[in-house]
Amino acid sequence: MKVDIEKRILAANEELAGSNRELFADHGVFVLDLMASPGAGKTSTILATIDALRDRYSIAVIEGDIASKVDAEKVRAHGIPAVQINTGGACHLESAMIRRAVDTLDLESLDLIIIENVGNLVCPSDFDLGENAKVMILSVPEGHDKPYKYPNIFQVSEAVILNKYDTMSVFDFDEEEFREVVKSLNGQVPVFPIAATKGDGVDAWAEWLAARIDAAKREGSR
Amino acid sequence: MHEMGIAEGILSSSLEAAEGAGALSITGVYVTIGELTEVSVDALQFAWEAICPGTLAEGSVLDVTMVPATSGCADCGHEWMHDRYSGAQCPSCGGWVVMLRQGREMKIDSIDIDEESDA
Repeated sequence: MKVDIEKRILAANEELAGSNRELFADHGVFVLDLMASPGAGKTSTILATIDALRDRYSIAVIEGDIASKVDAEKVRAHGIPAVQINTGGACHLESAMIRRAVDTLDLESLDLIIIENVGNLVCPSDFDLGENAKVMILSVPEGHDKPYKYPNIFQVSEAVILNKYDTMSVFDFDEEEFREVVKSLNGQVPVFPIAATKGDGVDAWAEWLAARIDAAKREGSR
Repeated sequence: MHEMGIAEGILSSSLEAAEGAGALSITGVYVTIGELTEVSVDALQFAWEAICPGTLAEGSVLDVTMVPATSGCADCGHEWMHDRYSGAQCPSCGGWVVMLRQGREMKIDSIDIDEESDA
């Protein structure tokens, strides 16, 4: 006998993501899911973003890693609350992990939560966490051909940060080709070249993020 | 390797539906996967075989239908099927405001079960 089910496979994750999204909206918190390869500069980009926006917004960070708490400690040393999630081998974060982490934060006092997803260009792109926006970082040493190889993450991202831009002259990175492929995958997505550890280009990215945060706040208060 | 989590999602919905229908076993599970997702069918089949033993779905066949991506243009209404690299711009009018209609599905459609015999 055939039994119809007609259900989304990740329904459990998506339902909880929806509940997270409502919780964030109720407290007027903007949530960013930042995705990239290991070593692309996620933590450095987060620290640079904090420096650019901490005068305007109250910020917290959720760090996702397979093991260790080194990233959360770096963020805390910067004077920002941070929660470390250890996935114990899982290659991506899921909405239940985010919910447990968020329960330890004082949402009422926050404007922005930055989630640093597990270093991976594949799996995080298929999982809704309840975030307002997914953004990815590609670093110059990884090569301009990555959008050909990992298209999905470029398609689900609302902005692409091109980090380690200051190393362009050392690597054989074709920025024009990179931008063309990204455009073919995700027509109007903005690309922000930055050098996170030096602060170059961070302002343009931070202003884009600030505009999104302010727009979400306006929408929430209507 | 997020296919294990996806396989677990399929198994949990299948078992729930099978138990609700009084099944003795699940013989087949039908799922639809969009071509724009990052699901590897080989890895999904491998995960399926790993998690089914000891459940009603032991020995079941996981039947995966892949769905091609289709987008529609907001400017001229044109609809077209595309791969990952040709969906951002309308091939008919050149417009950039496009809506993905299908291609990101991860859906469980139905299961085949053996019921308790009437004998």
